[in-house]
Amino acid sequence: MSRASARERMGALLLIVPLLAFLAVFFLWPLWTMVRASVVDNTVSRVLPRTAAAIVSWDGQGLPPAQVHKALIEDLRQAEDQQALGETVRRLNSAVSGFRTLLTRTTNAVRDETNSGAIDLGDLDRRWKEPRFWLALREAVPPYTDRNLLAAVDMKRDAGGAIVSEDPGASANRLIMFRTFLVAAIVTLACATIGLPYAMLAAAVTGWKRTVLLLAVLVPLWTSLLVRTTAWFVLLQNEGLINGALQVLGITDGPLPLIFNRVGVVIAMTHVLLPFMVLPIYSVLLSVPRNLMQAAASMGAGPLRAFWRVLLPLSLPGLMSGSLLVYMVAIGYYITPALVGGANDQMISSVIAFYALGTANWGLAGALGVILLLVTMILYFIYGRLSKSPQLLGA
Amino acid sequence: MQPFIQFESVSKSFGSMTVIDSLDLTIHKGEFLSLLGPSGSGKTTILMMLAGFERPTRGTITLDGMRIDQLPPHRREMGVVFQNYALFPHMTVAENVAFPLEMKRLPRHEIARKVARALDMVRLGSLKNRRPSQLSGGQQQRVALTRALVFEPRVILMDEPLGALDKQLREHMQLEIRELHKRLGLTIVFVTHDQSEALTMSDRIAVFNAGKIEQIDSPHAIYDTPRTRFVAQFIGETNLIEADVVNVQNGHATIALGADLAAKVRSGPELQAGQKALFSLRPERMRLGAEPAGDNSLGMTITDCIYHGDHMRVQLARGNFTFTARCERLAGDWTVGTQVVVSFDPRDCTVLTS
Ligand SMILES: Nc1ncnc2c1ncn2[C@@H]1O[C@H](COP(=O)(O)OP(=O)(O)O)[C@@H](O)[C@H]1O
Ligand SMILES: [Mg+2]
Repeated sequence: MSRASARERMGALLLIVPLLAFLAVFFLWPLWTMVRASVVDNTVSRVLPRTAAAIVSWDGQGLPPAQVHKALIEDLRQAEDQQALGETVRRLNSAVSGFRTLLTRTTNAVRDETNSGAIDLGDLDRRWKEPRFWLALREAVPPYTDRNLLAAVDMKRDAGGAIVSEDPGASANRLIMFRTFLVAAIVTLACATIGLPYAMLAAAVTGWKRTVLLLAVLVPLWTSLLVRTTAWFVLLQNEGLINGALQVLGITDGPLPLIFNRVGVVIAMTHVLLPFMVLPIYSVLLSVPRNLMQAAASMGAGPLRAFWRVLLPLSLPGLMSGSLLVYMVAIGYYITPALVGGANDQMISSVIAFYALGTANWGLAGALGVILLLVTMILYFIYGRLSKSPQLLGA
Repeated sequence: MQPFIQFESVSKSFGSMTVIDSLDLTIHKGEFLSLLGPSGSGKTTILMMLAGFERPTRGTITLDGMRIDQLPPHRREMGVVFQNYALFPHMTVAENVAFPLEMKRLPRHEIARKVARALDMVRLGSLKNRRPSQLSGGQQQRVALTRALVFEPRVILMDEPLGALDKQLREHMQLEIRELHKRLGLTIVFVTHDQSEALTMSDRIAVFNAGKIEQIDSPHAIYDTPRTRFVAQFIGETNLIEADVVNVQNGHATIALGADLAAKVRSGPELQAGQKALFSLRPERMRLGAEPAGDNSLGMTITDCIYHGDHMRVQLARGNFTFTARCERLAGDWTVGTQVVVSFDPRDCTVLTS
């Protein structure tokens, strides 16, 4: 390679440095943080480093050896960060109740006693003679955990370390995930039902009619998401335009419940996501020669059969791309369901927001995010395969 | 022959633009009729009205005595071959060919049998599981043709079906279509803007200009006795000269081509002395020689000579009067500037009065 072309390459690389930096700072780094938050758990090991190091040598049978006791006493004496200590106490107490009083008592005791060698934990509190407290401690010290990932799908490890389902009623993550996938599927279906004929119409007409049809899809895409959602917020009210019109026309007696429930979410999301369905189908149809339908008709196919045998199979790749796109975007939707959805009918994104912003449980928020990311990536992989080889779909 | 398809005063307008103006056209059963004309002359529009994709603005079209102009395309039983082939990209060759048979709801085994036989007939049996995108242009063309034939439609319509093929393949396909037409007794309406294609393939040619038929005749008659200036110019090459009819005498007329040039031509009953006329003479019907020969011999000078491989194109002049002649070879010592005698037969001249 000549020096000139090497320099050209460097120049080209320099040009995309801002882009790479942007991606790294605003995409890769947050993503990495989220994935880390879901598996890293150093609440306990940060406060009790010696214990964490010593307890791994214990096999979990009976009571831990004396050096573990010593390490714990030393850690508790040295622990200065009251907030971190408080978090550790909370964390351990949530594993075995009673840990709070045990640790508070022990901490106070070891700090009062100047000669640390004289302390015997078992004498200090009889609970230290019970293995379950030590087991909980051993459970809590490793810096990496699958606890959050398991909790995200309503599972946990039992005392013996086996993965089991969470008690029914204790957590609703699975239910919410299922609901999310269901709502996304309904929205996808609705988009397909409206988008397919719409795209076919747009591809069939010419001139100003086509322009108008395409603008009707594109203008909402150019409008802020918040504005569109708020517009639905206004339209779907009990006193809103739609209910008003329905009552004036005498179709309904009272207002239909259109907002703060799934109906409202589906309506608003379908509208917002429709362009992602219409545009792929439209672009696929544009590449279909016009006279295929004429050819079908000349061979005796009536309009319905020509549609079924020719136009529909040919638009399938677009329909598949559009559906995957809509579904991928729909499962992660936040603003629209948050604004027009029911309080008890929230989707996974708002649960993530709840854990992240409401309870500062970054671990669980991250784990839910990781699962969402995985589903999206699998779908994206399928999308990539489909869009590369339309033959798969018979087109 | 009884009329099979009949257009009666058919007009077609798009908005305010009249594309077909009061067309009368009769197509016989089993004939190969070409619609020949320059691009934009309305050939496709006629085919589309026949296939049912366009409705006539006025007039009627009948097929076998039944009006069809209001019938939707899928009830007309016409096989159409499009210029871009219009094969279904999501179906294999065999599925494409089976499509019209499935539309007829034939039993499955019969469909399979007919598809196999039709594909063998055009030597595509080995490609039956390929998709159209995996075929060459010529193969796609044959699939399109087979698909249009296989359901035994009453008429086959072809809109410039060979336009996308290269010259050699095009000539091969011309023969193949011609052969199928003869063997199966098909009625074919074939649209083309390529005159040599029309001349070699057709039983009859309808020459179109601006939505009107200029002449409809056998290829022979179209070439040898064009009846309008447009036909004379559009088909083949010709020398067209404004002339005056000097006198008419028992089947022959004398035509004044210029101040001191006259030609003897064969005359129909329409020629009268004193008339203005258009004299037409094909370049290949002239003979160049040293001595006068026959009824018409004109002394002229060679002004240019172009080599074309299988023939020479010779420009001749006398004063400001010029001819283009075509001959296989020139005598060895003839060059630009040589005086020669141009002679031609009265029967090879066409005189148009209009
Ligand atoms: N659908 C249409 N709308 C408007 N004008 C048309 C339409 N189809 C054909 N034309 C016009 O009709 C004329 C004849 O077209 P066409 O039949 O396609 O000619 P050809 O096949 O001989 O080239 C052209 O001037 C063309 O622009
Ligand atoms: Mg045309």
